[in-house]
Amino acid sequence: MNEPVEHNAPLLELKNLHVGIPGRRGSVDIVRDVSFSIMPGEAFGLVGESGSGKSLTALSLIRLLKKPLKVSQGQILFKGDDLQNLTDRAMRQMRGDRIAMIFQEPMTALNPLKTVGRQIAEMFVLHKGMGWAEAGRKAVDALASVHVPAPEERVRAYPHQMSGGMRQRVMIAIALACDPDLLIADEPTTALDVTVQDEVLKLIAELCAARGTAVLLISHDLGVIANMCQRVGVMYSGRLVEERDTYDLFADPRHPYTKGLLGALPRLGTRHGAAGRQRLVDIDSLIKDRDTLLQEFCFEPRNPVRDPRLRAGMAGGVE
Amino acid sequence: MRRFNLNLWLGGVLTLIVIVGAVFAPWLTSLDPVFDANLMYAEEPPSGQFWFGTDEQGRDVYTRVLYGARISLTVGIVSQIINSVIGLSLGISAAYWGGWWDDLVNGLTNVMLAIPSLIFALAIMAILGPGLPSLLIALGLTNWSWTCRIARSSTLSLKGQGYVQAASTLGYSDIRIMWTQLLPNMVGPILVISTLGIGAAVLAEAALSFLGLGIRPPFPSWGAMLTGARELIVIAPWAAVFPGLAIFVTVLGFNLLGDGLRDYLDPHMRTRQQ
Amino acid sequence: MLRFTIRRLLQVIPTIIAVVLLIFVIFSVVPGSFASSLMSDGRGGADADMVARINEQFGLDDPVHVRFFDYVTGLLQFDMGESFRFRQPVTEVIGDRIWASLKLSIAAMVFAIVVGVPLGFIAALKPGSILDSITMIGAVSGLSMPQFWLGLLLMYFFALILGWLPSFGYGGGDFKYLILPAITLGVTPLALLARTTRAGVLEITNEDFIRTAHSKGMSNSRVIRWHLTRNVMVLVVTTIGLQFGSMMGQAVVIEKLFSWPGIGTLLVDSVAIRDIPVVQGTILVIVLWFLFINTFVDIIYAAIDPRIKQT
Repeated sequence: MNEPVEHNAPLLELKNLHVGIPGRRGSVDIVRDVSFSIMPGEAFGLVGESGSGKSLTALSLIRLLKKPLKVSQGQILFKGDDLQNLTDRAMRQMRGDRIAMIFQEPMTALNPLKTVGRQIAEMFVLHKGMGWAEAGRKAVDALASVHVPAPEERVRAYPHQMSGGMRQRVMIAIALACDPDLLIADEPTTALDVTVQDEVLKLIAELCAARGTAVLLISHDLGVIANMCQRVGVMYSGRLVEERDTYDLFADPRHPYTKGLLGALPRLGTRHGAAGRQRLVDIDSLIKDRDTLLQEFCFEPRNPVRDPRLRAGMAGGVE
Repeated sequence: MRRFNLNLWLGGVLTLIVIVGAVFAPWLTSLDPVFDANLMYAEEPPSGQFWFGTDEQGRDVYTRVLYGARISLTVGIVSQIINSVIGLSLGISAAYWGGWWDDLVNGLTNVMLAIPSLIFALAIMAILGPGLPSLLIALGLTNWSWTCRIARSSTLSLKGQGYVQAASTLGYSDIRIMWTQLLPNMVGPILVISTLGIGAAVLAEAALSFLGLGIRPPFPSWGAMLTGARELIVIAPWAAVFPGLAIFVTVLGFNLLGDGLRDYLDPHMRTRQQ
Repeated sequence: MLRFTIRRLLQVIPTIIAVVLLIFVIFSVVPGSFASSLMSDGRGGADADMVARINEQFGLDDPVHVRFFDYVTGLLQFDMGESFRFRQPVTEVIGDRIWASLKLSIAAMVFAIVVGVPLGFIAALKPGSILDSITMIGAVSGLSMPQFWLGLLLMYFFALILGWLPSFGYGGGDFKYLILPAITLGVTPLALLARTTRAGVLEITNEDFIRTAHSKGMSNSRVIRWHLTRNVMVLVVTTIGLQFGSMMGQAVVIEKLFSWPGIGTLLVDSVAIRDIPVVQGTILVIVLWFLFINTFVDIIYAAIDPRIKQT
């Protein structure tokens, strides 16, 4: 784990990851053949509709998949070592300390019966071997670092006494408490008010940039990802159908699903609606006919050279 | 794909056995539960002739257990029907009309919940004296609070639904709305609570009869049989084992059936329910 | 916290008044007084003359509202009237027996908590395991079993066959005499607690904050100690309170079975001979105990669950 890391080596590398439910006749895979890598300090976005397998991919990284889900194939290399080979104990030391995670619902992701200070302090007790008193003092600093006003008092607050945005800040403070190498943010702003969303995203970007923390940002909202990530992967039906630089993706989307996603994004400077020249594309109408998609792609010969549309992979039907 | 509902099936089978025993008692035994006493055969252990042995008066315990099912089921089912009628009418009307009536019903429900139903039934038995009719009244009047609460909360949530409001716009009378629009939509939970209630009533009847305040000897109530058996437990333990086992099986049947129904009707509700 | 406690205490008062009214109505408005029942029973051999004397002595001829007023003013001075049987104030009669009942309730509850809660916990941590199945089958059986029958069997086995424990009686407070009645009385709350605890653990395990705890890198045992236990206890405390509160009511049959000299036995005996002041008094004590425990539990609940204080 502590081997010197080559400068150009990826921090995280997924190779042909499959996640599924093991059965008697082999695993029924929900996430299929996903490969991508994240460089140290880089922000990588994963976009896709709900049920496309983004969250499962994320949970499999820190080995928190719920039974009966399991990684059925593939490698998850973190600094060159496969996380799947770690003992449970070593993986626990990795979680929170090296790889941290923020979840979607700040409402329920914090224990309602414990003060937020205590929930932050746990990180220092777990990973830095501190006593509760010292960890409590560090919690105040952590809370201050996510710009929560009056942190000395707020550490004694309970989650229900805070707004959604404040709670998500607490989650960020917990996640970044031990300066992890990688932060997984699973829809971190989806449950928040629109006005707060932007603040929270900026906070994540700012803190991670300052600490050199790589980010895996998961969202169904391409706009969110475009603001934060250098590179983006598009997931559809359990597969990674496109993986590009964010700029390229917007300039020249290749997969029809990506085109649909982009078409559904309202942009400044363009007039929408019946009176405008351009209409917002309804993704539903595009993907409603999933069978067409499947036929169009699955049964064509795999030849990415001849057909650039296929370079990003196949759209697979999974139920 | 539904998972096999063990509770439902096991509960169904157990209650069915008890019901069959009660209904077909005269065909399942040739003896009379009260009058076929013969001191010649007193306190005989279980044998081919007396499957469950005999009691201190030489009566066949098997026969008495069979006929006891009639008393237990009658008390359980009739008292639960009374409870359901009271609970449903109070609960639905309170939530539907609201106002002072709702406050009154709510207060009454809270008071009922504060008095343990066995104690309440005991008090009523103290006034009315022992016997089947008093039992039906005592147990029928004391266990409706949960039904009432469920009916009230279902009505509150249904009241805002479009079709109920539509019915009132169409000029349906209040009673008709309650009967045709509200009641059918709470059948599931009411069925569950009633099934569990029958089990509770059977237990309460046994307890009251055991205390000598319910069905009096010589009638074959399981609870009363245990009172008699207590005195001779060293000599004739079977006289205590079988009536108790009958109570246990009956109550277990209704409890499992209730749990099973709950799983069947609302699989998601399972965890929180106590 | 203090304000919450006071408000919660004030909230019980209407219920108490309603209960007092209800108990009074049941025993006073319905026909058939103590004296006339003596006459009809033919036991006491009371004649009309004697009925009149008894009625006068106990003020039974007064109009209902006067009697209710007398009853309530009496209650406020801790006067529940005089027992027909003991010729002694009801408060004294109950006071002599309440300790035995309390002792039995507490012992049964301790037994139920000490066994039931850990059992439910262990069962839930390995759902579907053999221990889980046995616990759940045991729990539904415990809830379906007539307690007095179980008591009878325990008495037969441990007292009469094995001779390890005394079969019944109070034994002047000897601990040995407490064991069988307490176990018998504790079985139902034990079963209920095992079930509630198990359901609670399963519910909390699926909460998001447990996943958060795991994502922090906590070991399973730490997740249980730091995040699961207290949250489950919040759910379990309610059940403990309800059970403990209604225990004196449930104890009536068990006390009678084991000839335990508590207020349950007193109640049953008094019902049998229609010693109405004692019946009224005992029921009132049982209900007040229930309300007291429930209020107390609500206050405890507010102390361990920070979400409550707000409302």
